[in-house]
Amino acid sequence: MVETDILIIGAGPTGLFTVFEAGLLKMKCHLIDALPQAGGQCSEIYPKKPIYDIPAYPEILAGELTEKLLEQCKQFEPGFTLGERAETIEKQTDGSFIVTTNKGTQHKAPVVAIAGGLGSFEPRKPQLDTIEYYEDRGIAYIIKDPEVYRDKKVVISGGGDSALDWSIFLSEVASEVTLIHRRNEFRGALDSVDKVQELKNKGKINIITPAEVTALFGEHQLESIEVTKSGKTPVRIKTDYFIPLFGLSPKLGPIADWGLEIEKNAIKVNNALDYQTNIPGIFAIGDVNTYPGKLKLILCGFHEASLMCQAAYQIINPGKRYVLKYTTVSGIDGFDGTRKEAPKAVVKSIR
Amino acid sequence: MDQDIQIKITDRDGKQHEIAAPIDMALNLMEVVRLYELAPEGTIGICGGMAMCASCQCYVLTNHSLREMQDDEEAMLSEAFNVRPNSRLGCQIQITPEMEGLEIELAPEE
Repeated sequence: MVETDILIIGAGPTGLFTVFEAGLLKMKCHLIDALPQAGGQCSEIYPKKPIYDIPAYPEILAGELTEKLLEQCKQFEPGFTLGERAETIEKQTDGSFIVTTNKGTQHKAPVVAIAGGLGSFEPRKPQLDTIEYYEDRGIAYIIKDPEVYRDKKVVISGGGDSALDWSIFLSEVASEVTLIHRRNEFRGALDSVDKVQELKNKGKINIITPAEVTALFGEHQLESIEVTKSGKTPVRIKTDYFIPLFGLSPKLGPIADWGLEIEKNAIKVNNALDYQTNIPGIFAIGDVNTYPGKLKLILCGFHEASLMCQAAYQIINPGKRYVLKYTTVSGIDGFDGTRKEAPKAVVKSIR
Repeated sequence: MDQDIQIKITDRDGKQHEIAAPIDMALNLMEVVRLYELAPEGTIGICGGMAMCASCQCYVLTNHSLREMQDDEEAMLSEAFNVRPNSRLGCQIQITPEMEGLEIELAPEE
């Protein structure tokens, strides 16, 4: 069991800055994120796009912002549970919470800060009636272990980088790879598009375009799929696996069932005070919360994080007085033993 | 007001709204839908308007000539669901005076 002071759900900009603010108050943080890397939307959706409204940065790439936030909070040694989605929360008799992920990892903390942005990123599923029945019976949205596909027939659909890259990779592993896309054009790195063309010419990848998978068949396991080319009669193709790769989209997910007040797909918080939710000890900060006048901006998430940490301090250190300190004056003492401080002026006479 | 144009937007429940879209605020169609709260917050404009999700997909019902589709919009629509020949991403269509009388329908939520 992971134990920490503040358990942060979501490792986006707001979650990462919380680590820093909490660290100044000597509280340790652990972050859970469904994505395999920190940064949230900034690293998953638009790492190469500029942001112009981060104070003091006239322009910064979203990916760069993530790196800087990680660098800034490094000395407070945050723990990470990445690639796992926070699934359930249970309040303990001592007032603390246990949060368990979809993979069963347990985390215990007296304070939980939900900095979940738009929710956890889930694969976009094609709208086929029986698709859920065949999940784990021949249909996968994420390729975890490519060896599963050795000497099997695989159909991939999608037109982006992941569809191209996995088609290339699996052409060496699977007995047959078919790539289906709704358009003739693929969008991806030039190298990948050229490579797929080369493998198609060599007969190592079958390409069916413009086409869509329109039905799934099989007794208990996927056995074949129906492919429809626009304006033509559908055909059936035998396959062991069908892997739709249509990217990820965010969903509020299990957090919505934690008994928190939800409004406009976001968690209602008390913005007059400390961004606490209707459950004492659980806070919501950043894009995931809502209150009158809420703005979904990274800079607002930073502000909310700093106020939330003050309230967390009172929960973790009941009755203890606290006075605001400035980093310029006090410096920063990292949990890793490092110290940052302003250079001291010398006192020396000049003759 | 000469700063507004009239457009008709059919929401996801099939209800048509006749609204005044300001042309002086550099808004796009997705933002106009949000301005009038014609779709619940969190179900439209999820990516913020980068053509990286299809939550603002709409069907263009009139023959207005709109800004030509760019590569990223075309690519996103090629992976979206419920796509029709008249599908566009609202976030990629800037409101201009030429769009007076435009009629659109919001595509279903994915």
